[in-house]
Amino acid sequence: MFEIVKREEMAGGTVILNEIAAPLIARKAKPGQFVIIKANEEGERIPLTMADTDPDKGTITIIYMVVGKSTALFKTLNVGDGYQDVIGPLGKATHLEKQGTVVCVGGGTGIAVLHPITRALKEIGNRVIGIIGARNRDLLILEDKMRSASNELHVCTDDGSYGRPGFVTEALKEILEKEDVRQVVAIGPVPMMKFVSGITAEYNVPTLVSLNPIMVDGTGMCGGCRVTVGGETRFACVDGPEFDGHKVDYDELMKRLQAYSEDERRCYNDFCRMEQ
Amino acid sequence: MSEKKARKETVSRQAMPEQAPEIRRRNFAEVPTGYTAETAVIEAGRCLQCKKPSCVEGCPVNVDIPGFIARIAEGDFKGAIRNLWTRNSLPAVCGRVCPQEIQCEGQCVLNKKGAPVAIGNLERFAADWARENNTGELPPRKASTGKKIAVVGSGPSGLTVAGDLIVKGHEVTVMEAFHKPGGVLVYGIPEFRLPKAIVAHEVDFLERLGVHVACNMVVGRTVTVDELFQEGYDAVYVGVGAGLPRFMNIPGENLIGILSANEYLTRANLMKAYKFPEVDTPIPMGKNVVVLGAGNVAMDAARTAMRLGADSVKIVYRRSRDEMPARTAEIHHAEEEGIEFFLLTNPVQYLGNDQGRLTGMECLKMELGEPDDSGRRRPVPISGSNFEMACDLVIVAVGSGANPLLTQSTEDMTLNRWGYIAADPETGKTTKRGVWAGGDIVTGAATVILAMGAGRKAADSIHEYLTWGW
Repeated sequence: MFEIVKREEMAGGTVILNEIAAPLIARKAKPGQFVIIKANEEGERIPLTMADTDPDKGTITIIYMVVGKSTALFKTLNVGDGYQDVIGPLGKATHLEKQGTVVCVGGGTGIAVLHPITRALKEIGNRVIGIIGARNRDLLILEDKMRSASNELHVCTDDGSYGRPGFVTEALKEILEKEDVRQVVAIGPVPMMKFVSGITAEYNVPTLVSLNPIMVDGTGMCGGCRVTVGGETRFACVDGPEFDGHKVDYDELMKRLQAYSEDERRCYNDFCRMEQ
Repeated sequence: MSEKKARKETVSRQAMPEQAPEIRRRNFAEVPTGYTAETAVIEAGRCLQCKKPSCVEGCPVNVDIPGFIARIAEGDFKGAIRNLWTRNSLPAVCGRVCPQEIQCEGQCVLNKKGAPVAIGNLERFAADWARENNTGELPPRKASTGKKIAVVGSGPSGLTVAGDLIVKGHEVTVMEAFHKPGGVLVYGIPEFRLPKAIVAHEVDFLERLGVHVACNMVVGRTVTVDELFQEGYDAVYVGVGAGLPRFMNIPGENLIGILSANEYLTRANLMKAYKFPEVDTPIPMGKNVVVLGAGNVAMDAARTAMRLGADSVKIVYRRSRDEMPARTAEIHHAEEEGIEFFLLTNPVQYLGNDQGRLTGMECLKMELGEPDDSGRRRPVPISGSNFEMACDLVIVAVGSGANPLLTQSTEDMTLNRWGYIAADPETGKTTKRGVWAGGDIVTGAATVILAMGAGRKAADSIHEYLTWGW
């Protein structure tokens, strides 16, 4: 069992942080990598990108939004409880390079994945501009951490309840207009990554995105996570999860994420009914 | 003597009782139900106890076949299983999934005149008897040598290496990337051919012998082969299989409803998605299912789809019946269960709707031309023969390749041009000192028993190395 040593609720209980004892993974994990996690015997295997690791303490941190049965089940786990299986670190680590000014754009729980990459990019000497966004003030996570991980941080809310009103893409456009940006890293919902990539393509700025397709094993043996990048099929779990944002077929990815939507809804509804 | 011989010839091969096709096609229970003690003794009595038994040569791990069968014939079932365990640590598995017709039973002298001794069924009987009448007895283990071996992958070859080395007195840790050990035995071969409780029992047997099984260890990611040596392992055996699914690279392949056989079978077997929503992993429930390919994996996928309630399941294969690589028994089982065969047919593109879901397949009819490198006649498309086939689920079972996760992270290990590990066929030694490899990661996708045979050779070589040096 992989014990939960710390648990926090964010964004009004819709987003949960778990720090999990997993010394072998903590020792090896690098920014951009993920774990596959399974709560119990009947559970499914869910991929989650690590938000942090502490090799000395032997722990990893995951931050997830409650969107269905499995994440709702994860939410019921308290400190001292644990996950039956945690597998990782999986996927390729982010390619980090000192380039000058880089912009890190995060949306929703994507901010949790973006944070360690942002921190690392700053540590190796880049000037990092962070842009984070959420639907409203209550759903915004990790603002303080992102602030200390970047040289400059812009906060956006769709409804204008906090920070700058509007989407992250608008803030990004302004920065691209006035700064010499060498790279953009965008992590969040697929439509957000698609729009960011559309904009950066216009400015010809290399863009890295982290994809979140459906996965089963996470080790390259099933191809459930396949995505089209530059016209070629790639497996996100071993070739990614990060890819050149200008080459990803986002529409295909969005459709493939709906493959089990009916089953997922049914499972979630059953679980919520049982919990009541 | 002559009287005894005459009696043997009049006894015919004992049939294995099976669930009726119309019942079993909708359940996941095992198809053959096994011999009773009585039928096992009768069948064992058919063995001529040859002085130079050719059946043993036909077995890749050289089980003492006349020896264990003689014990069954005498009713000494405990003696039979003890004998089996000296050569084979997975008898309940081998008795079920080995292609005996081309191995031990294919070599049986009775084959010349009539039906061979049902060696597989008898092996299965002895193993099942031992499990059901658990004696708790273990084979003897040599004194500890203090040497540590890491076995990477808990499939048939890795389990064989572990079983062989533990009794020789070494300390053995098996590392498995999945959350359950067994490799293809748990994720690939379906419950109705190999109940997962049996695999768990075989692994439990190894653990009782002292083998340490560490799951969730992705060697290449969680730890590398070089780090294993730094951690004090004296030797490493790599038996990670050929778990890289092949797709056909035709238009529309990423539509929803097209899965590799690896994914489909992993969901069904390892994740037990056939019990959804009792378990959390879903699996696509196709009404019109097409399986591409005609190997054993294709048969397993097709029969699984039928059990999940499909209206129709078709095997689509580009060659003819004679070239189908699946075992005859598997093809026969599939046909009995109502699976249709569309031979000399090849898909050229998939068709989908605006939600990105599969609706059908465009195919071409093929004819057989000249033999190719594999000696099989090459299928040639018949131009203008295009036709559409409606389907809502396609399972791609056209083979698998070498998964590069481990090999990419390991230095000084030579690979061949297909990405498989180059290893000495006699010893399993790789080009990296202290590292052996065997099974599908060396040969490409083959059989359970060949992987076990490779494991046996490697275990002998590792033992020799640990005793005498490289």
